[in-house]
Amino acid sequence: MNIDQKRRIESIVALTLSTLAALSGMFWLVFILGDVLVRGIGALTPSLFLNDPTPAGVSGGGLRNAFVGQLMITGVATLIGVPIGILGGTFLAEYARGTKVAQAISVLSDIMVSVPSIVVGTFIYAIMVKPVGHFNGWAGAVALAVIMIPVVLRTTEDMLSLVPWTLREAAFALGAPYYKVIIQVVYRGAATGILTGILLSIARVAGETAPLLFTSFNNSFMSTDMRGSMASLTASIFQYAMGPYDEWHIQAWGASFVITVFILLITIAGRLIIKWRYK
Amino acid sequence: MAIIEKRNSVDFAFSLITALASGVVVLLILGILIVLVRESWLAISHFGVVKFIKSTDWDPVKENFGAATTIFGTFVSTVLALFIAIPVAIGIAIFVTEISPNFMKEPIGIAIELLAAIPSIIYGMWGLFTLAPIMSKYIEPALKASIGAVPVVGILFQGTPMGIDMLTASVILSIMIIPFTASISRDSFNLTPAVVKESAYAIGATKWEVVKNVVLPYSKLGIYGGITLSLGRALGETMAVAFVLGNNHQITTSLFNAAATITVTLANEFTEADKDLYLSSLFYLALILFIMSFIALALAKFFLLKAERKTSR
Repeated sequence: MNIDQKRRIESIVALTLSTLAALSGMFWLVFILGDVLVRGIGALTPSLFLNDPTPAGVSGGGLRNAFVGQLMITGVATLIGVPIGILGGTFLAEYARGTKVAQAISVLSDIMVSVPSIVVGTFIYAIMVKPVGHFNGWAGAVALAVIMIPVVLRTTEDMLSLVPWTLREAAFALGAPYYKVIIQVVYRGAATGILTGILLSIARVAGETAPLLFTSFNNSFMSTDMRGSMASLTASIFQYAMGPYDEWHIQAWGASFVITVFILLITIAGRLIIKWRYK
Repeated sequence: MAIIEKRNSVDFAFSLITALASGVVVLLILGILIVLVRESWLAISHFGVVKFIKSTDWDPVKENFGAATTIFGTFVSTVLALFIAIPVAIGIAIFVTEISPNFMKEPIGIAIELLAAIPSIIYGMWGLFTLAPIMSKYIEPALKASIGAVPVVGILFQGTPMGIDMLTASVILSIMIIPFTASISRDSFNLTPAVVKESAYAIGATKWEVVKNVVLPYSKLGIYGGITLSLGRALGETMAVAFVLGNNHQITTSLFNAAATITVTLANEFTEADKDLYLSSLFYLALILFIMSFIALALAKFFLLKAERKTSR
């Protein structure tokens, strides 16, 4: 075998392996998603959404409390996290643009995005659960907000930086102060981008479990009182999947189905918006 | 004049609000560090630093705690996951940038992104109910029969394959981190100037030689960045491994044994810790995890910034 043939064969082998790697990536996605969808869809009964949990062994229970709790915790987290994230991103992209401070905060936010969420859970436990002596829904919401802030901040910064500087100059030339320029010109130009960032950050925290385990904990009764422990879908999935009852497992699959579909739809929507807007 | 002054003060107020909002991130990082140190102080003063890290004890009854078993578990599961994930991820990146026809690039990109968007608890569920039985029935017995018989390496594959063990956890972890490494590698592959690749083709290089000798060296920093980012993510991953690792505080040589990582220990024991020293030791573990992942993530950022600077020059 001469050297040319050897090189050609080597190339074919390596490229085939790469193709197989790509196929395996697709394989896992289809495998996991397919499994969640197939097993979950059978668990989507009206009682899953309309009933509260029943004592173990009694059939007909649902996860209504968890759906309500999840919505409330995620909603409050969004209300806390989004304004802080957008304002913070505004500072980095506008007032502090190009400065060392802005760069440093930007890097720290990037790190903060990937900090283990369970560490955030222990942190919030120490400052919001331990002092009052019991788990509470507010702590869960704040824990999710802490995870959300750096995500929103970084996307806002990026999106505002995409707005052409000349647009701002045109507004300055009309005598507008900077805050007016930001609110009426820059925010408008970047609105779709910022909105997408918010959507993706909601998708990011909606599936978080670890930070809720020590903050909002879980509650097998219907509760809308954020001062007490609160059920959430993710914490319920953890409890039910680890539990010994088949009926719990089925409900856990149902909850997984709902949360997965919700997150994937948001992610796909966000991607489509970006593609459509920044083509 | 008065109007302009009023405008200025509003503007000043707005800039101050935004500055405070961005300061929140810095405050959070400092806050986490300070609070974790404060909460774990009892354990730090009781066990010390080196002793705590080296001790393999984890006995809530006798209140004797050490971090060695969980650090070992965290380290092994992460390294094993990277070992599985890196070749696959780089393969995906090569396929997407160099091999695939254009119409396939988009779907594969989306697939990778969706894989990254699936919440970790779903990976955990799937691992417990689907992957673990497959591992214990087919894959682990096969590994035991083949590699398990080989001296030295065989130690890794001893014992009863239960499916709830280090190997299954690492496989799930690897599937989770593939998207991070793959998408960052793909982005840095794409930055290789076409001219450089074309000149390699012009002197008769095969596609693989172009990838191996031009693209890979060119995007080295980006790949390092992607790998260290995945490392940071894998260290702190909780729910995906919590289901299938078993929370067993022992250092074992076989991958078929249950183990414990820092995250799994926290998830399982934090709400059960009834004594101050126990809780404080758990905070101590969280502090160690925070520092480890912060270093890994900072390193990743360093590589990526360096790669960015290199291409913009």
